[in-house]
Amino acid sequence: MRPILLLLLIAPILYAGTVQGAEHRLEVQVVDPFIELHTGPGRGYPVTQVVERGASVEIIRRRTEWFEVKAESGVKGWVHRSEMARTLEGSGELLPVPDPSLTDFTNHDWEFGLEVGDFGGANAISAMGGYSLNENLAAEIHLSHILGDQTNQYIADIGLVHNIIMPDVRIMRRFTPFLGIGTGVLRLEPKARFAQQLESRTDQLAYVSAGLKFYLTRQFFMRAEYRWHVIFTNRDDNQEVEEWKAGFAFFF
Amino acid sequence: MESRIRIFLLASAAALGLATLPAAAAQAAATDNASAPADAAPLPAPSQVGDSESESQPPVIEPEVERRNVKPPKIKRSDFEIGGFAGVINVEDFSANPSYGVRFAYHISEDFFTEATVGQTTVGRNAAEIFFNFDLTRAERQFTYYDLSFGYNILPGEVFVGRNRAFNSALYVTAGVGGTRFAGDDQFTIALGVGYRMLVNDWLALHIDVRDHTYRSTLLGLAKVAHNVDANIGLTVFF
Repeated sequence: MRPILLLLLIAPILYAGTVQGAEHRLEVQVVDPFIELHTGPGRGYPVTQVVERGASVEIIRRRTEWFEVKAESGVKGWVHRSEMARTLEGSGELLPVPDPSLTDFTNHDWEFGLEVGDFGGANAISAMGGYSLNENLAAEIHLSHILGDQTNQYIADIGLVHNIIMPDVRIMRRFTPFLGIGTGVLRLEPKARFAQQLESRTDQLAYVSAGLKFYLTRQFFMRAEYRWHVIFTNRDDNQEVEEWKAGFAFFF
Repeated sequence: MESRIRIFLLASAAALGLATLPAAAAQAAATDNASAPADAAPLPAPSQVGDSESESQPPVIEPEVERRNVKPPKIKRSDFEIGGFAGVINVEDFSANPSYGVRFAYHISEDFFTEATVGQTTVGRNAAEIFFNFDLTRAERQFTYYDLSFGYNILPGEVFVGRNRAFNSALYVTAGVGGTRFAGDDQFTIALGVGYRMLVNDWLALHIDVRDHTYRSTLLGLAKVAHNVDANIGLTVFF
């Protein structure tokens, strides 16, 4: 553990050596009367320079909604996406900068989220990632940590989700109900005090789920989900566990 | 009632599985069929223009617009942040001890970010141990925590160091959930914090972070909410 931590602490210094190499950068031309260069990637940072119409700027990098650019004079600054969207590429066309909105809510590739809930009476924390296979179908991976009174459980599962998209129903544009099915493994470890009564084990599980996504703004949405799990134990009976969870997610 | 829900869910999941298979097959077939007429579409490819002109009437308007492949240009993104931190954590009922850990963040927008942190410390003997004459084992003295948080940047601005230097900075608040392993027990933990980020340059950031890791503890025989405040200084790089 310690060597890894040490490495991460000195990583910034190691990284310093690698960022020096300048690569080929995209150059765009300003068509608005001027664009504003902020000192940092945020609306709260002051504007110290402007670049006027006709001049061109090099794009160094993008962070969230902000582009760091270098003007012909050598001055650097951060420009908002909305202003970059009105600059011209070398080909004379507007620089394409996608802006996530409600239409992308039902049409995106990746989504990630963090959920908390109840797994058979215990607290559950899940991190999830999903990839859209087509308009309706997505593959999802959930990693969960379930903290109970007597045990500590970890679940890694993979499943398919069917998103029920109803674009014609106006009220449903912000809502996407979904149904899912999947399988995974559950690792159970008793807490120290219960080590005598319980033993560690790893079992396979399967689940069916139903849930709802609710679009908030930009690339953010909320997820709530109910899951019914069957845990295939090596005892006489399989164990059935209900899980409820909800949380925030974002897509890109 | 409960079993009805399960039957409904199982049935709907099964139906979904069955429904998507033929649909996917049909779609594949459709695209196969569609590709054939597309090849014979009336729009001639540029190389065939000459042939069609000599054979039939020349088109009224000759399209001279070149088809341009619109794909977003590659711009280097740097929305991720990784680094380490070191500081002091005060473990309730135990002493304050040096802590260290790692931090990984993804900046979703200029206001919001998600963050994962893992940290640890080793606690010393506490008063109860001495009084009741018991000892935690070496492994039980390890206090390890992780949080998954959402952060919100408030108060962005600049700080001035001396006459000629200005650095970008932001104050942020975080709220998250996670787990704490201490004294042989894993506890569901809520972590609330406030931090300060100063950008040394475009990719290097200095953090000062204070975070309270709260969980229900029964360690000393009575159930209570334990607050463990971690104050640390960290260094991260954006990439």
